[in-house]
Amino acid sequence: MAIQYEPILGRYATLDIGGRACRVYIEEAGQGIPLLCLHTAGSDGRQYRHMMTDPEITEHFRVIAFDLPWHGKSNPPVGFHEEEYRLTSDLYTDAILAVADAMELDRPAVIGCSMGGRVVLNLGAHHADRFRALIGVECADHQTSWYDTSWLHRGDVHGGEVCAAMVSGLVAPQSPDEYRWETLWGYMQSGPGIFKGDLYFYREDSDYRDRTHLIDTSRCPLYLLTGEYDYSCTPEDTERTAAAIDGAEAVIMKECGHFPMSENPAVFRDYLLPVLEQIRAGG
Amino acid sequence: MTGEEIARILGRLPELVNENEGLVRRGRTLSGEFLVQADDTPVHIRVHEGRIEAVETGPFRMRAWRFAIKAEADAWTRHWEAMPAPGYHDVIAMTRLGVARLEGDLQPLMAHLRYVKEVLALPRRFAKPTETGAGRA
Repeated sequence: MAIQYEPILGRYATLDIGGRACRVYIEEAGQGIPLLCLHTAGSDGRQYRHMMTDPEITEHFRVIAFDLPWHGKSNPPVGFHEEEYRLTSDLYTDAILAVADAMELDRPAVIGCSMGGRVVLNLGAHHADRFRALIGVECADHQTSWYDTSWLHRGDVHGGEVCAAMVSGLVAPQSPDEYRWETLWGYMQSGPGIFKGDLYFYREDSDYRDRTHLIDTSRCPLYLLTGEYDYSCTPEDTERTAAAIDGAEAVIMKECGHFPMSENPAVFRDYLLPVLEQIRAGG
Repeated sequence: MTGEEIARILGRLPELVNENEGLVRRGRTLSGEFLVQADDTPVHIRVHEGRIEAVETGPFRMRAWRFAIKAEADAWTRHWEAMPAPGYHDVIAMTRLGVARLEGDLQPLMAHLRYVKEVLALPRRFAKPTETGAGRA
């Protein structure tokens, strides 16, 4: 029997991100409206594989996920071994714009989860004309620190084990075991200090309460979806964020945690498809 | 449940853990003592290479431990429901919610976090399928 390939295609490109050459891995499936997917802190673009193999989505959307430099199959830039990795608001935004520009995407829609959900608020505040719609999954305008992230990168604690164990409770108990563990595998594989470095952005360099008032949802619609079991970005965090932005509405997803697209794709698509339908209708 | 009832359930950890080959393997580099507390009732747990060697309920006059996981008895009760409500479904979530706290030398805990969380979730198997906190505030 002939091999059954998935419809996902992956390629590499070297892009200028933050003034440095970065070899970036990009994968995509489908055709139509470009939908740029942003993975969570300490993981990679594989989290979006279910959306890329869902014909109801790929019939109308060109679903594109890239691994941020230092993540997944994207390399860290030359010289990384001498540095402490710290993602910043500027670097993250630059990476997203670099991929969109390099691929010549025409006003893509963006879906981002967790730190990816956070950064879409910055895109909405400062780059609204570049995007046709923004979907913030597990999205809030800021987060107060609630644990010491130095535990994520120490010589006497295995980084892959502790990163996965710290986030394992962020997966809802109803999510299928197969996808729970696949989601955690992404954290087990993360490079040393990368989850911690991403959390620098999430905790220290992305308090966007100062710019939510700049978000004009009539120029670029914003959709917020948060899982009820998410204790990192809680439903209350998302509802507070939505309340600060005219035209933004928070939907709280039942039986979902912090990684809806990868931990429970069947439940997530029920919430996502109506949003994608609205984006299509908006043109 | 009361703190004493939580302690009685924790007393069954040796039988729950030690017959679970995978769990013992995951805890094979953990040996030592830790404390689990439910309201004011302390439960001292001694582990050797992933096997639970002893579980004793206090109060204690002199008892050492490396790390402690302390929570309200109600939080442990809800943690062990068949489908726990958000915030009660995970020990780290319980700390975030403010109904549990971690004390002492956290290094052995963080180095074996998956193991400890799985051990402390095991009493969930005693829950009746109808006991679900999901959906309630």
